[in-house]
Amino acid sequence: MNDTATAERNELSDDAIIEITGMHKWYGEFHVLQDINLTVQKKERIVICGPSGSGKSTLIRCINRLEEHQRGRIVVDGIELTNDIKNIEKIRVEVGMVFQHFNLFPHLTIVENLTLGPVWVRKVPKKEAEEMAMYYLEKVQIAEQAQKFPGQLSGGQQQRVAIARSLCMAPKVMLFDEPTSALDPEMIKEVLDVMIDLAQEGMTMLVVTHEMGFAKSVAHRVLFMDYGQIVEQNTPEEFFENPRNDRTKLFLSQILN
Amino acid sequence: MNGNNGTNSENNIKPPATSVGVLGWARANLFNSWFNSILTLIALFVLWRIIPPFIRWTFIDSLWFSTSDECREIGGACWSIIPANWRFMIFGFYPYEQQWRPLLAMVMLVILLFYSRNRDHWKKSLLYAWLISLVAMGLLMKGGVAGLTPIESNQWGGLPLTLMLSVFGLAAAYPLGVILALGRQSELPAIKTVCIVYIEMIRGVPLITLLFMSSVVFPLFLPEGVTVNPILRAQVAIIMFTAAYIAEVVRGGLQGMAKGQYEAAESLGLNYYQTMRLVILPQALKIVIPPTVSQLISALKDTSLVVIIALYDLLKTTQSTLSNPNWMAYSSEAYIFVALIYFACCYFMSSYSRRLEVELDTGL
Repeated sequence: MNDTATAERNELSDDAIIEITGMHKWYGEFHVLQDINLTVQKKERIVICGPSGSGKSTLIRCINRLEEHQRGRIVVDGIELTNDIKNIEKIRVEVGMVFQHFNLFPHLTIVENLTLGPVWVRKVPKKEAEEMAMYYLEKVQIAEQAQKFPGQLSGGQQQRVAIARSLCMAPKVMLFDEPTSALDPEMIKEVLDVMIDLAQEGMTMLVVTHEMGFAKSVAHRVLFMDYGQIVEQNTPEEFFENPRNDRTKLFLSQILN
Repeated sequence: MNGNNGTNSENNIKPPATSVGVLGWARANLFNSWFNSILTLIALFVLWRIIPPFIRWTFIDSLWFSTSDECREIGGACWSIIPANWRFMIFGFYPYEQQWRPLLAMVMLVILLFYSRNRDHWKKSLLYAWLISLVAMGLLMKGGVAGLTPIESNQWGGLPLTLMLSVFGLAAAYPLGVILALGRQSELPAIKTVCIVYIEMIRGVPLITLLFMSSVVFPLFLPEGVTVNPILRAQVAIIMFTAAYIAEVVRGGLQGMAKGQYEAAESLGLNYYQTMRLVILPQALKIVIPPTVSQLISALKDTSLVVIIALYDLLKTTQSTLSNPNWMAYSSEAYIFVALIYFACCYFMSSYSRRLEVELDTGL
């Protein structure tokens, strides 16, 4: 895996899909994100790690405007995020998101969960949307559960459905907000496997996670955040073997032991 | 639970007879302590003193079809008041020969209500059936077309009036309540303020006051010569009142929704209207089915308050029957009859709500 990631790294296009410049965010008086500058290339895979409260979730939630930034610019796929609701909705269509707690819609069956977005937002005919839903359900190896309700599935299965639900919108970027943190240990692998498959297909991914093995094998770049700042960023090899910043070293020593 | 039974080492050891069956149940629930045993005995004594005399009054010593004079001779219930007066109790002052019209309208309504119970029947055609039937019912009541004699609405009364006020009242109040609840959660200050002021003002006033205002105060503001049908005014007052309460119940449901549901819907690109309609409301409204139905049931019973603005609903026509000197002694029988009608309507609603809860249960 390491080798493929390294080999691919050189093939990255120069087209930026996300450009964040001089971005700040406050919760009241609390300065959660300080002067964030980040450019994500198409097909690039970035893992963001850091201690809890460091602002890593907030950062990716700003990219699809689940959180509002107060200063600086965020441009996604050529569209700048402003208060214009039309722009926000356009960006959300292109940016898929997977949550820590899955957030499936419990009143809908699995297949209805998957077709909701395509049918109502992308205006795909229902039949076509259902075929697409089944295609992605097979891909995450859960097609036989299509007619069940989310409450009848295990956590790992629910998270795979959540990934399939995002994929049905054919997003250009996928954001993962601690996708395995709420899972029992034996279910983490099944979700990571799906994410690795996705990576191999060339999806642009931003992943907030503590799964360092995943970072090593899949990421082009690892970002370390602390106190609302991007403290260090590097290739996974460099990041894990020669961390430069003291805070990174401390964090890595805590998380790897 | 005792596995040390030497003669029976199989797995089919039966529990002792005193812990199963009727005997076991009685032991566990009625006589499990000396205090409970005393309570049980007292309860049995009270039941024994109440139930046999009640059955005697209701069924054995009672008369069902007789004149009021014959009733004076007996010690039991005089149910004859109902067959002798039922047409007035049910239809009020609606002209006697025309009473088949409200009857037909009510039958249509009941059939539609029962048919609509099954959610598999909720299709576009059912919606059209409702719309057509509503117009047909209105025309039946009002007349003036197809050779039907026009009947002024001040002659409408009894059960058709009660059903009309209830069914339209609830059907209009529920969506209005949902809109008010959403408005109260709105981020637009103007909408939010209007909704809060509306809800708090209506909730701060008894329904009787609203009904009085609709019949006494409201006409003062109308230009001379313009009148609004009193039934319509009462109907609007009931809708406004019920909607405010429904709004607060629904708001409770909205607050019970996890933030993640909004975020998941929004991150798929759904707009506000779609998020609410497809994701939030189906869940929030389901959570609040029990309190909503309580509210609707109490609204149905509150329609009887329209007597104070001189509308002859079911309760008022019954009362009027009792002002007849021949029958005034038999108010218990008449009120029991009316109570049973109200009970049937309310029980229909509560049993339907339980059924809905089961049908909508998705295990989370």
